[in-house]
Amino acid sequence: MSYCRQEGKDRIIFVTKEDHEAPSNAELIADDPNDPYEEQGLILPNGDINWNCPCLGGMASGPCGSQFKEAFSCFHYSKEEVKGSECIDNFRNMQECMQKYPELYPQEEDKESSQAEASSSSVSTAPTEGSALPPETDSTPATSTSESAVSSDSTSLIDNQTAS
Amino acid sequence: MLKCRTVWKKLAPLARASSTVCRQNVRRAGLNNSRIPACVPVAHMSTGPAGGGRENQLYVLLVGAACVGGAIYAYRTVKGDSQRYQDRIDEISSRPYKRATEEPATLMQSEPPAVDATETEVIPEPEPEAAPSPEPQAAPSPEEPSPPAPDAEVAALTEPPPADEPVVEASPEELAEPPAAPVVEEEPSPPSEPSPAELTEPPPAPVVESEPAAAESPAAEPTEPQPEVVAESGGPAPASLKVPSHTPYLLIGGGTASFAAARSIRARDPGAKVLIVTDEPDPPYMRPPLSKELWFSNDPSVTETLRFKQWNGKERSIYFQPPSFYINAEELDGAENGGVAVLTGKKVVHMDVRGNKIKLDDDTEISYDKCLIATGGVPRNLQVIERAGEEVMKKTTLFRKIEDFKSLDKVSRNIKSITIIGGGFLGSELACALGRRSTEYDLEVVQMFPEKGNMGKVLPEYLSNWTTEKVKSEGVKVISEALVKSVVCKDDKLEIKLKDGRLVKTDHIVAAVGLEPNVDLAKSAGLEVDSDFGGFRVNAELQARSNIWVAGDAACFYDIRLGRRRVEHHDHAVVSGRLAGENMTGANKPYWHQSMFWSDLGPDVGYEAIGIVDSSLPTVGVFAKATAKDTPKAATEKSGTGIRSESETEDTAISPMASLTPAPTVEQHNDEYGKGVIFYLRDKVVVGIILWNVFNRMPIARKIIKDGEEHADLNEVAKLFNIHDD
Repeated sequence: MSYCRQEGKDRIIFVTKEDHEAPSNAELIADDPNDPYEEQGLILPNGDINWNCPCLGGMASGPCGSQFKEAFSCFHYSKEEVKGSECIDNFRNMQECMQKYPELYPQEEDKESSQAEASSSSVSTAPTEGSALPPETDSTPATSTSESAVSSDSTSLIDNQTAS
Repeated sequence: MLKCRTVWKKLAPLARASSTVCRQNVRRAGLNNSRIPACVPVAHMSTGPAGGGRENQLYVLLVGAACVGGAIYAYRTVKGDSQRYQDRIDEISSRPYKRATEEPATLMQSEPPAVDATETEVIPEPEPEAAPSPEPQAAPSPEEPSPPAPDAEVAALTEPPPADEPVVEASPEELAEPPAAPVVEEEPSPPSEPSPAELTEPPPAPVVESEPAAAESPAAEPTEPQPEVVAESGGPAPASLKVPSHTPYLLIGGGTASFAAARSIRARDPGAKVLIVTDEPDPPYMRPPLSKELWFSNDPSVTETLRFKQWNGKERSIYFQPPSFYINAEELDGAENGGVAVLTGKKVVHMDVRGNKIKLDDDTEISYDKCLIATGGVPRNLQVIERAGEEVMKKTTLFRKIEDFKSLDKVSRNIKSITIIGGGFLGSELACALGRRSTEYDLEVVQMFPEKGNMGKVLPEYLSNWTTEKVKSEGVKVISEALVKSVVCKDDKLEIKLKDGRLVKTDHIVAAVGLEPNVDLAKSAGLEVDSDFGGFRVNAELQARSNIWVAGDAACFYDIRLGRRRVEHHDHAVVSGRLAGENMTGANKPYWHQSMFWSDLGPDVGYEAIGIVDSSLPTVGVFAKATAKDTPKAATEKSGTGIRSESETEDTAISPMASLTPAPTVEQHNDEYGKGVIFYLRDKVVVGIILWNVFNRMPIARKIIKDGEEHADLNEVAKLFNIHDD
């Protein structure tokens, strides 16, 4: 059973697991997805890419930022069957640029797969970049898990280009 | 002048008197003609003719003396004035003469080598191009050395430029760009300092480009452009080689907020050119590891590498980016896709808001389109220590920067006792970090503060007391309710005397008593400083004035939800820096996304917090009866978010701490605050939340604060956090 006590202006409540089993009746205000003040995720409500998304790390702002933006935009808007297949040149440019800065974009000989996997994810993170400035994204509470899964994809994308 | 007049006024009656006396004497002497009427007494004054000779003489004497005195005075004044005038003129004339003599001197010296250089360079270059260029210029050149050389006055400088123009313009035409470019690089010496600085500026480009070309041709050419450049730059000391004179985005301060803004600007404005000016020697770095992870590193060279371990075992540096991320300041203007340049070791001393420019401590001026002030702050010191003298100050560390970390690390290895004054975040974290070392190095760690317990201003009393016990178990000797009265240095040891009489003897002091926001620029910029919180006063969009924004520790901003505040945390610097960058590129968003902060005090105590967390507010704490699984260490291993120098939404998290025994199970005891949620209330609305040993729930906390609703039963709200789950 919960136990409560008061110490001056401070109230202390101890609760057991059972006490908290019943769902909460606290009311939260519904979020407006189009709130202009809110931090946006990677894709803005109008479908554009949010280059300032913390999830991108510093990819869009570094020395290879413009190449990255071109490649990723091309990929994002690609309507081909194999998404992004017409963007090979852009990705190659990006690859070349990144090779000039091995410190910033370490070339990891990473794991799996193909562009198919990359196409299924619309989030591309930058784990290889040495920066990782603490970002704040509210879009998904479980960001850590989803992003770590996706993180390998961007590297695989890069690797694919080298392979091909 | 006035003196003469007053003197004359005083003398006037006497003079009149004496003159009438003289006249009378003259008349009496019979020099009058018959034409002069006989009515003599017309000019009778106080002294009649009856005074006789003696009085006359007296008057004459007095008048004479006065006149002589006046004449001497006048003479002296005029002489002095003319002397001063002469001195000033000499000084003024010597100034341009000095500079001009330096320049022609260096140029004269460089002329012979330049001539040689040009000759050697003419040969490798394609014949047709090089050949015509020296020739037409060779003709006018012999004439030109003569006028400028002897006459180094500023006045003369206006003559050569017009004459110079046609010649100068001819040269760029004749020389192709590629040959000119290598020439520029190969001949840094003949053009003296001002010209390369001018090289980076687009406006004087035509003149400037002719300089290297001119340097090619017979060396007389440099003589004119050089003084002309000096005249153009308006006289002050030559600009340093590396600084652009204009940048679209200027960020003052090179810390977390500044870097976040730079990133934001680059992401939103393609090809943006961003210049960061910092007085530190290092490029932007993150501060939290300086008092946390870096102390727990097993690497002996950590003070050099400044790297710490992340959750996945990978190490990273505290620097946000390696040096290759940044471009050199002098390349900023020419960079095709823009970039971020960092100017280290330069302090901004003056800000001209009207003219949109700033001045550095070496007198360089940089103009901007948009400016961010992210100057952070300077650690406060205790007055008693400041007054205690040099000896005590040498044994005191004010902890903030990388150099402070390095010196404290070094000091702590060589001493027997260290005292930390201050019981807040920094003080407690350092105390725990050093306490960890106390067993290794036989170091006594003392922490003293005026509150009753650690984090006394943040945590409610019961929690603060509990935390203090945990800190003590980390090996720290905690002295609470301690007010420092005096500090003296005796026998190479420091003696700290407290108000209640206690005496603490120690070898070194670390003062962690707060941060003074750096508002040095407020005066010259005419910016408002907040009297309640300190820092620059800015609006909800972090703007101080048009084109000037402030972010980070130095910004006292209006939080739409929580009111005006100033926050000194890492995540706030990131959030506000990013917001300022967005607003600098036209977003016009207010401060809305609430920043969070966190602290870990050893393996048993870790919390994340958001909003206004002030222990003077009424609180409601909801705690779960804890199990052994509820510690930061356990949470680390499970969810990978241990000691967090990157916020919870970052995809990487930090490695678990060095393995230690887990906290004992505390299932039955009611007074063990293993994990829970604490709500801080202001007028019944939740304005702050602490997640105590509960991780990965920050978004829920953020939502509750954003709503700003009155909740009748906070236990119900606490249910949203599922504190019993891992």
